[in-house]
Amino acid sequence: MSDRHPLFKPLIFVGGIVFGFGLGFSHMARPEVVLNFLQFDDLGLPFVMFGAAIVSGIAFALLPRIRDAAPLTGDPYERRLKPFDRNVLVGGAVFGVGWGLSGICPGAAYASLGVGNITILWALAGMFLGAYAQGYWRSRSQARDTAVTGAD
Amino acid sequence: MVADPVLLQAVADLFPNGISRYAVGGLLVGLGTVLIYIGTGIPAGASTFLESTLSYVSDQSRFQQYVGSRDWRLVFTAGIILGGLAFAATFQSGLVTSSLYEPGTTGQLYEVAGVTLWTTDVQPWRLFVGGILVGIGTRIGKGCTSGHGVCGVGSASKTSLVGVMTFLTVAIGTAQVVAALGVSP
Repeated sequence: MSDRHPLFKPLIFVGGIVFGFGLGFSHMARPEVVLNFLQFDDLGLPFVMFGAAIVSGIAFALLPRIRDAAPLTGDPYERRLKPFDRNVLVGGAVFGVGWGLSGICPGAAYASLGVGNITILWALAGMFLGAYAQGYWRSRSQARDTAVTGAD
Repeated sequence: MVADPVLLQAVADLFPNGISRYAVGGLLVGLGTVLIYIGTGIPAGASTFLESTLSYVSDQSRFQQYVGSRDWRLVFTAGIILGGLAFAATFQSGLVTSSLYEPGTTGQLYEVAGVTLWTTDVQPWRLFVGGILVGIGTRIGKGCTSGHGVCGVGSASKTSLVGVMTFLTVAIGTAQVVAALGVSP
């Protein structure tokens, strides 16, 4: 969109920097530390995820009461609510196997590149490949469903 | 109150690196999310970037639905990478120290132009195969550790709570099995 506020992208950029710095500081950008949590050798990880969830939860709860709309987009403040279906379980389980095998998730992988972890490009390449495979497959099955419906 | 030495030892075993680096890092991750939310109303997750960026090179409908957000998602990811580098240039390099930051002993450190960088010992095949499954799973499951784990849980979304419980449980099982099979690191 060309009619975006001039501060829209700068704010996203600054938010990303703080986000990435936090992932570095918490060592979530290091697959070893995530694997140490999953193997019960260091239980620190929940402090990162739930600490971040509490901070964002306060903002998600308060902002709609303070303002009607976000200043840079005019969009209303809404919570992140997604409909539940079987995909949440299937996708969550597939993600769980991948996370448990590699010790890395998408945001942490970007931050990992920033802390110097060139080897993480293997994981990023895999993530793009996986995202492409499911998108290719789901785009095709979506088109097929539409075609079947259209024939009715 | 006198602290029980057995209890203290148990806590030290469970948290060999303390909890402050995790808690402070988590607060910063939350703060980054909140900054973006205050200005834009967007609860940003990290994994949609994978599909939105694929829309530049593929016209599949699953990717094209993200054309409207692909530019700022690229900016968000660039920020995350730069934030990681800013951490490397300060705390990881020892330029800034704090009692809240525990450097730890994982992986390998190396230096480039005075900045201490870090690289993993985890084997590339684990990263690559795991990455493929992360790419498939986060997109089918409607979110990752930031989308579901931070924004969704912060929204008290039941979908996200179920999503987090699912991937957390499966990841613990997977990591335990992989370790039991003798794969290390």
